[in-house]
Amino acid sequence: MRRLAPMLLAALAVMVAACEKKTQPAPSGEGGTQAAQGQGAAPGGAPADANTILLGQVGSLTGGQATFGISTRNGIELALKEANAAGGVKGKKLSIRVYDNQSKPEEAAQAATRLITQDKVALILGDVASSNSLAMAEKAQAAGVPMITPSSTNPTVTDKGDYIFRVCFIDPFQGFVMAKFARENLKLNTVAVLQDNKSAYSIGLADVFTRKFTEMGGKVTAVESYSQGDTDYRAQLTAIRKSQPEGIYVPGYYSEVGIIARQAREVGLKVPLMGGDGWDSEKLFELGGSAIEGSYFSNHYSPDNPDPRVQKFIADYKAAYGAVPDALAALGYDSARVAVSALERAKDLSGPSVRDAIAQTKDFPGVAGTVTLDAQRNAVKSAVVLKVEDGKTQYVTTINP
Amino acid sequence: MAQLLQHLINGLAAGTIYALVALGYTMVYGVLKLINFAHGDVMMVGVYMGYATAFALGRDMRSSLLGVAVVFAVAMLGCALLGFLIERFAYRPLREKPRLTALITAIGISFALSYGFQLDLGFLPGAAPRAFPEVIEPVEWLVIGDRDVVVWNWQVISFGIAVALMVGLQYLVFRTRFGRAMRAVSWDHRVAALMGIPTDRVIALTFMLSSALAAGAGLLYAIKDTSVSPLMGLYVGLKAFVAAVIGGIGHVPGAVVGGLVLGLVEEFVVGYAASTWRDAVAFGFLILVLLVKPGGLFGRVAAEKV
Repeated sequence: MRRLAPMLLAALAVMVAACEKKTQPAPSGEGGTQAAQGQGAAPGGAPADANTILLGQVGSLTGGQATFGISTRNGIELALKEANAAGGVKGKKLSIRVYDNQSKPEEAAQAATRLITQDKVALILGDVASSNSLAMAEKAQAAGVPMITPSSTNPTVTDKGDYIFRVCFIDPFQGFVMAKFARENLKLNTVAVLQDNKSAYSIGLADVFTRKFTEMGGKVTAVESYSQGDTDYRAQLTAIRKSQPEGIYVPGYYSEVGIIARQAREVGLKVPLMGGDGWDSEKLFELGGSAIEGSYFSNHYSPDNPDPRVQKFIADYKAAYGAVPDALAALGYDSARVAVSALERAKDLSGPSVRDAIAQTKDFPGVAGTVTLDAQRNAVKSAVVLKVEDGKTQYVTTINP
Repeated sequence: MAQLLQHLINGLAAGTIYALVALGYTMVYGVLKLINFAHGDVMMVGVYMGYATAFALGRDMRSSLLGVAVVFAVAMLGCALLGFLIERFAYRPLREKPRLTALITAIGISFALSYGFQLDLGFLPGAAPRAFPEVIEPVEWLVIGDRDVVVWNWQVISFGIAVALMVGLQYLVFRTRFGRAMRAVSWDHRVAALMGIPTDRVIALTFMLSSALAAGAGLLYAIKDTSVSPLMGLYVGLKAFVAAVIGGIGHVPGAVVGGLVLGLVEEFVVGYAASTWRDAVAFGFLILVLLVKPGGLFGRVAAEKV
């Protein structure tokens, strides 16, 4: 048996190495480049093709946050299709190369490097989860390639440097929105927090919520945590139940929140759950079933918005993908349109010119709110609060910055 | 007190499942000295088989006793076949190669399964997690106080199934001809072959058995946590592997104890210390056990190996 220990160590080392290096992003074929095929990208790259402008996307097309990446990709694809139908940019067609990051930061960084060094893209879009975008931002900033994240709300993402932008609001605002809603609309005095310890997004929201909710006179009774990929939350929920909160703030992702909701009801917690835009997926209703009913979350947009621009987007998206677009699809669409507009306005396609053009984005009419980028390269816009009712979301209120 | 009891119930529920999966690691390690890293992913495939069967049966059928039996039977038989194929085509050709080769093959199969199942090919489930159908209609069997302690029917049933599987395995290994052959192969497969034991067949059967156990454990896990995803195998597999090593890999009761200990340690760390520390404590415990008893809690050189 003594031989076992070194063997185990070797095995674990191999395991870890394999986890990190696992697969190169697929250069073509597979799900990863459907968008590229849709845009008619030449196989094998040809980034220097004189008649196309190549953009890159890194998204979580597989793994725990798969619906995020897929929605975003669909939104981007739709926007680029429209742009190409309208004649492209500077007389050139736009095409996009999409790489999967398996919902992992290591893979995201590798894919971003690949887009920069091999494909030589003009601009990078992605990802949804802040941890992944952070890993990509590092690479994009170092190489001087502009990057727009459609929906990463963690503030540190754009802190990586002046080439990194976003078309969504940031976590402090989202945490503030829910704290305000819980205190003023739901009139809650005590709330427990259950955060995802592996996610910069979740920790960010939980921190701001805790601070704001306390400032507004509420009390946070317990702070518990879990790790992405967990499926048993009974221990945390049992501990939360003991602190007798009137609500639970769960700023996690849909894949975990649905199960958390079920187990919360199971251990006897009947209070409403609250969360952020990470809840936004059709899967939430499947995983959560009746347990998720009556919960609230803050989001970027609501498909109930009567604005004709929003309704046209929803109709086009439905026609192309057979589903009502979630907020991530809407933000993906907005990010690609902001990118297209910037490429059009930029005096050439070099990194610095494109960056300056993006930075000048002002009052851009997106489907998920009007985009104006501030000096920190963040979009300033309002948020909506949605309620889960009958297996879909219901618009409740809009909360302004 | 009530909370303690509830944590104990939760911990046992998680622990029995770790134990069942750990048994698979231990059995294969016993006969082949191979850490079968694909074990957790075979479990995941089994859960998807059960998922498909439950849907094929329809809502009324699947929550009947017969329906549950059919779901378990299909998944366990299907996984036995998968285990057989993996052993026959991936591991057997490497039997006489250095052990590291087989180990890396195991990791390769693990990734092939867990990532292959995420491909969007129509007949495969895709990457997103799915809600597992309620094959056992949840009923509260025991409620103490104001829902301070709740025991669900599926917790008791799962525990019963897990114990039955473990007892059955124990009987098989120590009371049958096949079990004796398995133990002989685990002592020394060359000598066993000289004694007329068909080692290839014994090893294939061991794989089938461990894969079927994994499918059973996976279904219990999916029923408990109401979800199924392609990556569940990596996660549960790693935890169960830790459980097997804590108990002393290769040792049947050790795997059971290791699983239960790990489930309870995790539950109590989260319940009474900080949830942030759960994995740190679980893996720290593993390191501690390996430092003090490198063979695991039960692993002695003379321990009977399966």
